[in-house]
Amino acid sequence: MSTVVMEQKKRIHPHKFTLWVGLASIIMMFAGFTSAYIIKRNQANWVTFDLPGVFWYSTAVIIISSVTLWLAQKAFKNREMIQYRKLLVGTLVLGVLFIVLQIIGFRQLYVNGMTLKTNVSFSFLYVIVGLHAVHVLGGIIALMIMFAKAFNKKVRNYDMVPVEVMSTYWHFVDFLWIYLLVFLILIK
Amino acid sequence: MSTTAVLHGEDIHAAHDAAHEHHHHETFISKYVFSQDHKMIAKQFLITGMIWAIIGGLFSVLFRLQLGYPESTFPWLEDLLGHWAKGGKLQPEFYYALVTMHGTILVFFVLTAGLSGTFANFLIPLQIGARDMASPMLNMLSYWFFFTASIIMFASLFVQTGPASGGWTIYPPLSALGDASSGSKIGMDLWLASMAMFIVSSLLGGLNYISTILNLRTKGMSMTRMPLTIWAILFTAILGVLSFPVLLSGAILLLFDRNLGTSFFLSDIVVNGKILPNEGGSAILFQHLFWFLGHPEVYIIILPAMGISSEVMSVNSRKPIFGYMAMVGSMFAIAILAFLVWAHHMFVTGLNPFLGAFFVLLTLLIAVPSAIKVFNWLTTLWRGNIRFTVGMLFSIGFVSMFISGGLTGIFLGNSSLDIHLHDTYFIIAHFHIVMGVAGFFGMFAGVYHWFPKMYGRFLNSTLGYIHFWVTLIGAYLIFWPMHYEGLAGMPRRYYDFSGWESFKMFAELNQFISFVSILVFAAQLLFVFNFFYSIFKGRRVTSENPWGSNTLEWTTPVNAGHGNWPGEIPEVYRGAYDYGKDGRDFIPQTEPVGENESHH
Repeated sequence: MSTVVMEQKKRIHPHKFTLWVGLASIIMMFAGFTSAYIIKRNQANWVTFDLPGVFWYSTAVIIISSVTLWLAQKAFKNREMIQYRKLLVGTLVLGVLFIVLQIIGFRQLYVNGMTLKTNVSFSFLYVIVGLHAVHVLGGIIALMIMFAKAFNKKVRNYDMVPVEVMSTYWHFVDFLWIYLLVFLILIK
Repeated sequence: MSTTAVLHGEDIHAAHDAAHEHHHHETFISKYVFSQDHKMIAKQFLITGMIWAIIGGLFSVLFRLQLGYPESTFPWLEDLLGHWAKGGKLQPEFYYALVTMHGTILVFFVLTAGLSGTFANFLIPLQIGARDMASPMLNMLSYWFFFTASIIMFASLFVQTGPASGGWTIYPPLSALGDASSGSKIGMDLWLASMAMFIVSSLLGGLNYISTILNLRTKGMSMTRMPLTIWAILFTAILGVLSFPVLLSGAILLLFDRNLGTSFFLSDIVVNGKILPNEGGSAILFQHLFWFLGHPEVYIIILPAMGISSEVMSVNSRKPIFGYMAMVGSMFAIAILAFLVWAHHMFVTGLNPFLGAFFVLLTLLIAVPSAIKVFNWLTTLWRGNIRFTVGMLFSIGFVSMFISGGLTGIFLGNSSLDIHLHDTYFIIAHFHIVMGVAGFFGMFAGVYHWFPKMYGRFLNSTLGYIHFWVTLIGAYLIFWPMHYEGLAGMPRRYYDFSGWESFKMFAELNQFISFVSILVFAAQLLFVFNFFYSIFKGRRVTSENPWGSNTLEWTTPVNAGHGNWPGEIPEVYRGAYDYGKDGRDFIPQTEPVGENESHH
């Protein structure tokens, strides 16, 4: 991707800014879901539910992955490429583990009779948690691209921007999950 | 991801070489198809939008035939449409499909992608002084997502059960249940798939517009020196980025209801004598999600038209725009209010009247910034040295349409009146004039005004004047009478009114409207001919700045390459509207402020 950019010493890099606007737009989509959820909850036929216990483990995993990515970013900044690669792989593994744990969570729900169709409250749970997982999956794909770049020996490029964009997005999906978890626990 | 930094000072020659080099390597594919040059992407949006406008317009001519001549048969229709027009008469199912697709195509594919996509891409880098968008790659993707959406929507026209037919608002349960009507089957799935692509396209475009405007302005181009076109596009992009995701969430829930048996929007429904198992859903919930986008969407259409008209009117009046900051402020107010009025589309859904009162108040508040804008346009024209170019006429026509359609908005914003007028021809007249025709007029103004910059040639003016007058008079003749039909209670979306004693008196009027709409459609074909003819054979542009305009796009060469300026990007010293100042016709933004210069 080639970009023609003017000298921008004080202003934020356009790619980072684009990401922030994009995050605002993702927030609006989840705001759409959660407000629909709140409206629906006050109507008939709402069944309350307990979240599967495995979601606590997935929460821990995604928080740790944020920490490893933060450390990876620091390593990259100090040009410690070996350390960077290790931490990047760690983050990637934790990201995949998060998705696996969410699937196990869905499985628990399903086994307990809380299927997608049983009640609209479960439908909301599946859709909201599922779409969050899709966003994490997008982050994993981005991590894999960073991973491929980090192991490409020809490139000696210490451009911070892609790393920062990547980690901002990753921390965002982390915070989004914590928000959704609190939301689903408090409002049921 | 490699980033080429084009610096202001010493590195400029390197940058120049890079831009130059880039020019040489371009193949046909990279220049015309998968182009990353914002100017080419703008043209791609424009031409795709024009093709859609012809299709969507043709659909309206077809269903106007049915409305104007409900008892006649047209054997050629059967040759053209096969079983959809058995015996030369449009079938009711097909009529609904035509109405639905007309709305979808014109609102989204023409007046959103065709209008914003064209002018945002074309004008942002040129008018703020940037070589391209913040991310040309995302920009290209934005077009190709739109293209994919177009292909899917186009394909849906040819499936056996027909395209989506539940109205462009796709309210459930009609849209959520495949068995509800023939248009609720595969056509509806394709509609949703296409719109998902379209939303991605709008979001990628919008992200890019916002970050380009805020980050890539040339030296001296402060926010308050930007042309109003750019302000309008900025607000449009913000509205799009914040409202389209909510439509996406509604569409995702709808997809689950359609295909996975959930009940977000469905409850207690009987189809073909069979009771469905769905329980606990709410169809009204969908309307909330839909109109939370749907209302900002009308401003997504009208704001770029406002910006274009402001710019074209100031240039051709040879006067500064009256009340620049008031123009920006009123657009800001409109953008905020856009998010707070969606329930005025839902006054008859059993909305709590107490809540309705708030939405009435907020809706009527929109009249304030709108009136400020109209006042400023009129005072810009006042005692101006007006050049009646075709673009200028369309801008003035835009203001006329905006006033006519805006006034009926005040009627409809009152819930007490809206309950009577809801879903009648009064509504059709209102939104066609204020959003449809006004949006088109803004788009035409822009095309006639910037065509010399796009293609290095002028559009033919004689054909342009014919196009303008037929469209202006025709649009009023089509939509003005619909107000009376609506006040008399004539409902929209009906296939045939001849069975109602109370609407018999409108039979001839309906014929007249249909006749005029065919005429107006023909005038648009004249424009399309003019457009493509002039690309190749139009009068050549000989000077860089044919309109005597202040803005930066006219400092580029007539046929600018990728990178826009062959040398350094010019620096900006003043606002975009110094026309007729200190005895000078115009002072370009690139000219430093003189010592004895007066303040406007």
